[in-house]
Amino acid sequence: MKHASRILSVYSSDTAGVASMLYELGGMTVIHDASGCNSTYTTHDEPRWYQMDSMVYISALTENDMILGNDEKLVKDVCRTAKELSPAFIALCASPMPAMTGTDLNAIGEEIREKTLLPVFPIRTNGMDCYLKGASEALLAYLEHFCREDVQKTRELSVNILGATPLDFSVNGTVEAVRKFLMEEGFRVVSCMCKGSSPGEIASAGAAQVNLAVSSCGLAAAEYLWKRFGTPFVAGVPLGIGYAKRLAGELKKAAETGENLYSCLRRHVPDERAKAPVILHEGVFASSLCCALEEDFHTEANVIAPKMLTPFLRKEEDPSPECEDLLAELFAKAGTVFADPFYKAIVPEDVPFVSLPHEAFSGRCFRRENKVLAARKIPDWRKIC
Amino acid sequence: MLERIGGKTLPETAEISIGQASFPAPFETGLEYNMPARGHWNIVHSAMLVPGLHQIYACARGCLRGVILTAGEMTAMDRMSFVTLEEEDFFSGRMEDSVIQGATHILEQLEKKGMLPPAVMVVLSCVQLFAGVDFPYILESLRQRFPKTDFIDGYMHPTMRKSGLTPDQVMRRQIYAPLKACPRNGKCVTLIGSDHAFPPTADHVAFLKKNGFAVRELASCGSYAEYLRLAESFLFVTNIPPARHAGESLAKRLGRRELYLPVSYSFSEIRHSLLLLAEALEVPPPSPEEFAEKEERAEKALQQAKERIGDAAITIDHTATFRPLSMARLLLEHNFRVTKIHADAFAGEEKEDFLFLKEHHPSLLLSSPTHPAMRFAGKGGSENRGRTLAIGQGAAYFAGTPFFVNRIADSSLFGFDGIFRLAEEMKKAWETPSLTEQTIQIKGLGCRSCLI
Repeated sequence: MKHASRILSVYSSDTAGVASMLYELGGMTVIHDASGCNSTYTTHDEPRWYQMDSMVYISALTENDMILGNDEKLVKDVCRTAKELSPAFIALCASPMPAMTGTDLNAIGEEIREKTLLPVFPIRTNGMDCYLKGASEALLAYLEHFCREDVQKTRELSVNILGATPLDFSVNGTVEAVRKFLMEEGFRVVSCMCKGSSPGEIASAGAAQVNLAVSSCGLAAAEYLWKRFGTPFVAGVPLGIGYAKRLAGELKKAAETGENLYSCLRRHVPDERAKAPVILHEGVFASSLCCALEEDFHTEANVIAPKMLTPFLRKEEDPSPECEDLLAELFAKAGTVFADPFYKAIVPEDVPFVSLPHEAFSGRCFRRENKVLAARKIPDWRKIC
Repeated sequence: MLERIGGKTLPETAEISIGQASFPAPFETGLEYNMPARGHWNIVHSAMLVPGLHQIYACARGCLRGVILTAGEMTAMDRMSFVTLEEEDFFSGRMEDSVIQGATHILEQLEKKGMLPPAVMVVLSCVQLFAGVDFPYILESLRQRFPKTDFIDGYMHPTMRKSGLTPDQVMRRQIYAPLKACPRNGKCVTLIGSDHAFPPTADHVAFLKKNGFAVRELASCGSYAEYLRLAESFLFVTNIPPARHAGESLAKRLGRRELYLPVSYSFSEIRHSLLLLAEALEVPPPSPEEFAEKEERAEKALQQAKERIGDAAITIDHTATFRPLSMARLLLEHNFRVTKIHADAFAGEEKEDFLFLKEHHPSLLLSSPTHPAMRFAGKGGSENRGRTLAIGQGAAYFAGTPFFVNRIADSSLFGFDGIFRLAEEMKKAWETPSLTEQTIQIKGLGCRSCLI
């Protein structure tokens, strides 16, 4: 049954992706919504909410405003808040109600831009798509507005990290481990988008010699920077020991040759009858973990690319189930399942399960057990299952 | 009033003295901020009180996530399912069929496992209701397919929160929807609407028991059969404003009496409520000696709390109580130094207290917890210079204090006993610092949580 789920969770929405990607950049993200989008995002999707101030708000939409087309209220409220709080930019996105009625956020954005003289970018969301789409479009829009043209490529080896948000990498130190690994490999990290870098660093992204897309939501930005600055990109997360080394080598090669590489897709797909492990996580991360298992344990694994998790960087052979029932069938055939603990409910008891918490799926429920796998030895799951 | 907080200026639109404020909504509406205090219950928590009830939400992904993860954090995913609404559903004309087929599939799976629930709440959201979905048809179809299950219509429609009953009010009504007409029990009273069971010491519970009445509450029900027996009572009593509609509509539907005894921190209002209860029960009211004894107990507790807390600033937020003005008035009249109330609006029944405070304590600050500038006022800001006692999680967050009464929605407080217990909790909170950040971020205070 395509849209029904008996016991699983649901991935974060596009609006959460927008807010998460832009969180640290000093702007104001306004979700045109009545109420729930804000509390859901700040409770389940945003681990930085308590400690790090960021201007993410809802418009507090009401049915009357919707029926009467009271867009003026949104314009007025956004302008008033912008005047009071002086954000660096304003991002607007829509929840299901305005998406359904066709609220023209582009026109509203234009009006706000004229009144506030601030950069305003509406991002096309509907509250029904996946966070990856929202995060991807938000990053792209931000780069289009703020990436400086007048920068020189660095002389030393340098890199931008693209597509890092807590939705895929939590706040457990993974992004910092990736950054540290790259520095140890001789890269200067120009920026990390968008976790741990200042707007000024991101504005200088064109200076990097190569880009590393660590999630599917960094790919559109990678292609954009390639077109605009000729910066080649590599897709992958440096997980484990062997694959991290391989990825570092591929990054250096890309910097030299100028050729793009979907590194994490350079993996073997096991024979269908092999009872191989299956991995379910965000696409670049899941494929990178496959590569890591191949390099460090000589084990081939499959990636599952669920339809509800799109855009998803995947190989053609990766199954893309549409619903809980089909997922359960794939899990039943697996040798081991690596997935978020919420998936365990549909994994047969005799199939070993390895917990791979994914904040975009289970929020903060399993944050405490979310381990750093970047640039370090991956625990041998065969000994713990 | 301008105040430098966290490097940002808190604008005049975010805080106002009560002397200058208007009732019931002192602040202009606008963009809204969401503070990281999560103890208040949402519609999922409330519906989970019905034993065995399974919730099926049919909504867009963005709306689903909050409710699904509420259940997830409660470790109750086995009682929660969903049907996702996709953009194509808007245009296909199959909105009803999509919900019916999805819910049927989920329930068939549960049936196969021998886990068909006694009751199912199907919850629709703003967009479907806005599009005029035929909800009765959905429910009727499901009833025909699963005749042994009670189906309840649930609503997650925050766009309607200012133009009718709020989702919270509707949910508090709907969780009693399966109750059916049955013979009346003249010695039994049901308390409607509270998320937490009242202790036997609560004034109304103690009075009922003393006079030989059995007391029933949803929060105490251990089984669906026990839940259905809530309908037997001859009298339904409600205490909190958002449950009043639930009590009234249930009483009307089942042909029972309903009595609203509002939670209050006013001695005279409490006295009046107990007299009303006695009248409804047709029993003698508490004697003057009984009243005096209860009042003295509460007074003494307040006095002891004051001795310990002294002149420290006290702040109150709207998630702690439905009557923040009544609570502030009580404390100010007992010489506590209440400095601020965090609330965007007040219930109609707070008007008298509002006018009293406006006249006698005009400098008392009202602060809008949802104002965008409050983003920069959390974790203490400039207020953290002295020790503050906060009542409520939001007040604790904004004051950045570890000294706070961890309480939501007046839960289980009623009458003089409620005042006594509040004073005891204030005293304890002042003496025992809490881990504010860890504590207030747990959803649904009192519910099971995987985060603890």
